[in-house]
Order: sequence, then C-alpha cells, then structure tokens
Amino acid sequence: MTKLAKPADLLKINYKPPMTSWMDTPTVYKPGTYSYACKPESLKIVDMPNPRTWQTTDEDWQLPENWKEIVLDGLRDRLQRFRSLKLFMDVCVRCGACADKCHFFLGSGDPKNMPVLRAELLRSVYRKEYTLAGKYMAKMVGARELTLPVLKEWFYYFFQCTECRRCSVFCPYGIDTAEITMLARELLGLLGLSIDWIMGPVSACYMKGNHLGIQPHGIVDSFDMINDDIEDITGVRLDLSYNRKGAEILYVPPSGDVFATPGTYSLMGQLMLFHEMGLDYTLSTYNSEGGNFGLFTSNEMMKRLNAKIYAEAKRLGVKFIIGGECGHMWRVINQYMDTMNGPAPDNLEVPVSPVTGTVFHNAAGTKMIHVCEFTADLLKHNKVKLDPSRNKGVIATYHDSCNPARAMGLLDEPRYILDHCVEWYEMPEETIRENTFCCGSGAGLGNDENMEMRMRGGFPRANAVKYVKEKHGVNMLACVCAIDRAALPALMKYWNPGVEVCGVHELLGNALVMTGEKKREENLRFEPLQNVEEDDE
Amino acid sequence: MSILVGLLLVVAIIAITYIGVEVLGLSALFGIVLPYVAVACFIIGFIYRIVKWAKSPVPFRIPTTCGQQKSLDFIKQNKIENPSSKGWVVVRMILEVLTFRSLFRNTKAELTEDGNLAYQWEKWLWLFALMFHWGFFFVLVRHLRFITDPVPGFVQLWEKIDGVFWVNLQALYLTGFIMVAGLGLLLCRRLFLDKVRYISLLNDYFPLFLLLGIGCSGILMRYLTHVDVTRIKELAMGWVTFNPTVPGDISIMFYIHLALVCVLLIYFPLSKLMHAGGIFFSPTRNMANNNRMVRHENPWNPVVKVHTYEEYEDEFRDKMRAVGLPLDKDE
Repeated sequence: MTKLAKPADLLKINYKPPMTSWMDTPTVYKPGTYSYACKPESLKIVDMPNPRTWQTTDEDWQLPENWKEIVLDGLRDRLQRFRSLKLFMDVCVRCGACADKCHFFLGSGDPKNMPVLRAELLRSVYRKEYTLAGKYMAKMVGARELTLPVLKEWFYYFFQCTECRRCSVFCPYGIDTAEITMLARELLGLLGLSIDWIMGPVSACYMKGNHLGIQPHGIVDSFDMINDDIEDITGVRLDLSYNRKGAEILYVPPSGDVFATPGTYSLMGQLMLFHEMGLDYTLSTYNSEGGNFGLFTSNEMMKRLNAKIYAEAKRLGVKFIIGGECGHMWRVINQYMDTMNGPAPDNLEVPVSPVTGTVFHNAAGTKMIHVCEFTADLLKHNKVKLDPSRNKGVIATYHDSCNPARAMGLLDEPRYILDHCVEWYEMPEETIRENTFCCGSGAGLGNDENMEMRMRGGFPRANAVKYVKEKHGVNMLACVCAIDRAALPALMKYWNPGVEVCGVHELLGNALVMTGEKKREENLRFEPLQNVEEDDE
Repeated sequence: MSILVGLLLVVAIIAITYIGVEVLGLSALFGIVLPYVAVACFIIGFIYRIVKWAKSPVPFRIPTTCGQQKSLDFIKQNKIENPSSKGWVVVRMILEVLTFRSLFRNTKAELTEDGNLAYQWEKWLWLFALMFHWGFFFVLVRHLRFITDPVPGFVQLWEKIDGVFWVNLQALYLTGFIMVAGLGLLLCRRLFLDKVRYISLLNDYFPLFLLLGIGCSGILMRYLTHVDVTRIKELAMGWVTFNPTVPGDISIMFYIHLALVCVLLIYFPLSKLMHAGGIFFSPTRNMANNNRMVRHENPWNPVVKVHTYEEYEDEFRDKMRAVGLPLDKDE
C-alpha cells in the first residue's frame, strides 16, 4: 500500500481539463486510487462467471475470448429491461450542471469523475452500437468501439463512483449516475470483474448471513460482549434473544454495528432503548446483516441477499421488522425490497409501535420501519426519559447519509432525535439533506488500498465539518450509516483531527435513563462523563 | 473541430438551399416536398422514440428524493420534492418541465486559496435555458398565425403582448430576441467554460447552430429583408389544407429559414433534443416515493437462487446448539 500524501498536497487539485480529449486520455491505475480485484472463491460461491486469480493492474485480465460479445449482449439485454438505462443513454444534453456536484470530481479534478463523463464512458459504446451517426462519424459524435482499454476505463471509473445520487438531484432530467454505475457494474460482473471489497462481503453474506462471514456462535459472542459493556456502564443486563419464534419484532442492524466501533456504541444505544421500552423483539443469526453489497453487484445479487429478511421474518412469525442505522441498506429496503421479494409474508402486519400505538402507514406494504422513525415517535410521545447532560462536552453535527437522504428522505427523524439528546449544529445547507456529500467510501469502495481516492472523495464532506468545527467547536459527527461509521473516522483523522464519529443512537444511549440503572459515570465508550464532576461539587 | 463541423453543416444547409432555390429553381422541392417530408419524419420519429421508451419496463421505483419523506404525523413531509402520491408527482413534474426546478438548484463549487470549498450562486445556466425554451415556445405560438384562418384570439392577444414595443413603425417581438439571446449565451457557455467545452460534442454544437440559424434568419426576414407575409401564409395554408402551391417570388431568406426548420424537424427525433419527450419518462422524477406503502411490480422479476435457512442450519447446527440457539431440526 502506498503512503498517503499530506492533506495540503492532496489539495493541489487541477480542475483544468487536459489538452487531450477524454477519449484520447489513457486511464492510469494509480496506487491509492483503485480497489483490489475480487478473489475466485468469492465468485464461485455466488455462481458468478470467470473465477480466476487476477489483479486490477495485470496486463491480461484473463477474459473469456468472446468478452466483447458478452458485454454487448448484456448491454442490449439491459436496455430492454431498464427504461432508466435506455432513457439515460438517450436524453443527456451535456449541460454540465452535474459536473461540480460529484465529490470525486471536487476532490480529484479528474474530468472523467464528472458524472456526465462517467456516463459518457458507457454512452459512447451505446452510440457506436445503436445510433447511425455513432456508426459512421464515431469520435465527433462521442462514439467509440468497445476495446480492452475502454473496458479497463469502465472498471476504474465505475468503481470510483459511490452511487450517492447527488448528481441526479441537479440534473434537469434526473439522470442518475448511480443507476448507470449499477448497470455498468452488472456488465463488468458478466466477465467476473469486480473488486474484493464487494465480492468478499457478498459471498460471506450469502453463505453466513453477514458481510464479515461471522458464524452463528460468533454473533452470539459479539452480542454478549456488547451486553457485558452495557452492564458495566449502566448496571443493567439486557435479555437478548436470537432466532426466537413468536417474537413480535425482528430487528435487523447492519453487521458493521455488531463488530466494530463506533458502530457498536450506536447499536448499544438501540438495544438499551428496546430493553427500556420492553420490546418483544429478536435478533437473527441467519439474517445477521441489514447491509446489502448485492446493490453494488447486480440487481439479481441484491435480491438474493435481501431475500433473507422476509424469509426469516416468515420463519420466526414476527409481526413487523425494525431496521437499524444503515445507509445503502435503506435504499434497498425503501426502493427495492417489496418489488424484489414482496409481497411481505402473511404473518407480517402494518407496523404499530407497541409503546405508543402509532401506526406506521408509510410502511404499510413492506412492514419494515427505520429505527429512527421508531425512536422519533417514542420521543414525541414522551415515552423515553433522557438526561442530555450526559452528552455534555459533545458538540455534534449531523451528516445525512446519501441513501437515506436521496433514496428515501429520512432527514428530520434523526434530527429530531439529536434535538432531544445533544447540542448540535447544521453544516452549510449546500452540504446537507438532499445536497449531502458522500463519505467518499460508499458502494464498496471503503477499502484501505483505495485510501487516496477515499480521502479525495470525502474532502467536500470533511470540509463542511471543518466549517462547523471552527464555527461552533463541533467535535462529533453523527450519522445513520454503518459505512459512514467505518469510513468517516479515517476521513476525520485525515482532514479534521479531533472530530469523532458516532451513530445517532449512541448519543441517545448516553442520555437514556434506564430503570434500575446505576449512577452513570462513563459514556458508552467508557470515557468519563463530563457532567459527573459538577454533580459532585 | 466539432464546433467547426457543426457550423459548417448549418452553412452547407443554407448554401444548398440558396443554390437549390435561386440557381436551380427548385422552389417546389424546398417549399412543398421538404416540409412534408420533415413533418412526417418528425411525427413518426417522435412517436417511435416515445413508444420505445414507453414500452420498456420500469423494474424498480427509484425516485430521487429531494426532501423529507412521508413518515410520522409531526414531521412535515416535503410533498413536492418527495411526493408520496400521484398528484404531487404531477406537481413535481410540472415544476420540472415548466420552471426547470432541478436546474434552479444549481450552485458553483470552487476551491478557495485557503483550501476550502465555497458554493456560489450560479443560476446562469437555468436562466439561459429558460430564455431559450420559453422564447422558442412563444415564437411557435406566434407562428400559429400562418397555419390558421381565422387566427385564434389567443395568438392575436399574444402578438399584442409580445410586440408591445414598437420600433420604426413595426412591432418588435421580444420573444424572438430572447430566444436567440438564450441560444447565444448557451453557446458561449460551451465555448468559454473549460469543463463544458471538454464534454461538448458535435451533437451539442450542431443543434445550437441550427437553432441560431433559424432564429437569426427569422429575425432578418422580418425586420430587414421584409418578406411578403401574405404569400408565406398562402403557402402555409396550402400545406395544412393539403392543397399546396408555390406562390412565386418569396424571398430566399424565407426558404433558408424553412430549410433550417425542416432539418431541425428531421434531426429532432434522432438526437438529444428528444429530452423534450424524455423528461416525462424519467423514473427518478416521475415516480412517487411510496414503495414501502404500495408494491411496485417488476414485470421481469427474476427467479433467483437463495441460501435458505435450512441450508444454513444444516451447516452450523452443532455450533448453534453449543451456544443454545433454537434449532428447527435438532437431531
């Protein structure tokens, strides 16, 4: 792995396009800006084609002889199945509104990271195959033959898009680069081309139920440790259950929150809240993952992994499902689950909060609600006793995760929770809500070898945090996404040392007053509470 | 290069028309045959493209949500930017189509000397686009006078409003100038902004020059060369009554204007100009964000292989038993 340049050096960004046209500018696989190739084992597990040992930087990618035919057939097939693809190939007028909306372009200055050019990489081949002018006038009308360098260019740039959809907010026709990237990745997948950091989690999740491939006893162990920590901090031990039939609710967190900090703290907050509310819920080891890296692979893969949620809800006979704080998971649940694997099993009912009686009509079909929706409703009905002074010293800001913001619209629920728990400030309006900037590591790109690109892509987000850090002394970046919680700590360390990252429910967990708890002296991170000294005086 | 080719193509159309009408005397070809062919191409092509889009399936409901979702009663939904019903989708689409709402969101990001990103006001693209499109629309409305008899009241009314300014004893129709100005400014963006020039193709320059040619020839013919409007109306009424005759002695400027319009009509369905129809089909804009409320059917929903719980339990039964997890089959 290459050493990362200093922030000041990384910021020497040249936004001026090169002298050569983009078609004549070769793709350079610069260390630190691409991800390692997928391993043959992972492809085999999920029956994907062309499993072999290869590296992204290899001259020879060991493609099947008829690779070109496979890709072009795949393109034709998808043009027939997806109106979105056909339309997005046809209607772009290259107005350039999207150009400076992409975090990767802002952080790298590479023109092929302008959403319009990222799409043109695919569109150029489409034109060659499907338009008259493209066949005969090729280059002048932006058409070109599919060649190996083109394929390598696709791989580089379609694994340099985090499918965050920010560009589609600004596009006058709503052209969504995420959709184009997803379908381009499907095409690459037909040749067994993907990255290890996606196919590893996909294959692990398929067989073992979670991205890290933790086996059932390992999951129980992890929850036990979390429970130990909760007991140490609060004096209350939770009664956790797994795979329990007859529970009212199935709770599905992203596995990142079970196995790694700071996600675990946010998970603790949720489990403590459920305990305090007396929820009749269960966890599943078979479906121990809310996240779905199938979304970054193909729609079929997304469906295969997502199927477990309803399958498990049916087997356990629960009434409804609560999903944890996870970004892309909620794109899948909000926009795809019911279509792919619905209708929901018969035992599921329209979610009703057992505490407040609130009916979640917005989830009448899928029967699955976001934990922030659940919690915000509790707070509104004053069902939760909170002592926000336990968050004293924390000055937070809120990062809207891309998918809950732009593929769902979960904007004010988490803010409502923060309002009750902590002192917090908004970042500039161009960088929040539907305008939010990606962490730079989404859609499977959060691996270490891709670190320079992650720091570049995350720069716009980090820079907005820097603004509130300097203005309000912000020292905590709250979010509702497990990939954020894995990616943002590194980003903050690089651009804004001193700013920590947390889930919204961690702050709630700190403030939560539990029945029978001991006097709290530490927060969920085992750090001394700042309000304790005052009380003693 | 593509700039030059785009310009030359338009010049060539003008030259061919000049030679055709003035030298070869093919006024029937340019005045009757070409318009019919062009209109036929436009109608058939436009419908073909629309039908092709309309027939392609929409497997998933993927609106881009630009505001608060519908969730709890006390949280205010942004019904326009995150509609959950068809009615509000219509409102969102109307705003998109008539006011270019997404383009209005535009900002310009700039990296400052001290290493911070600044977002600046940038509504020029929105303004120029609005100028051109609305200008063009009202110019078309005015042109209805040539193919209607009697001329409908709304056309006459609009002519009065549009031509409120008088210069040299004749009405100056503002919308024509606004349209041409909009086009000129859009062209300037392509020529002078680095990023936009870098992404521009012949497919972008050609329609701009073509439309500029149409606008300029129209203005020239109305205010400078003073064509015989009565004869043009005769010709146009001939087209729409399917009884066309070529009245002699119409200025060449008219034939040039007409030829450019015909090329535009033919080119339209083949090109990016189809965004005019495409916008209505954009799944990120024309769908409600209600997938958790109402099921959306995928017509080709694939049957996929899944890893079942039974397979999972078979693999891990002993380990599950060891930590006391409930089992479906405990042998």
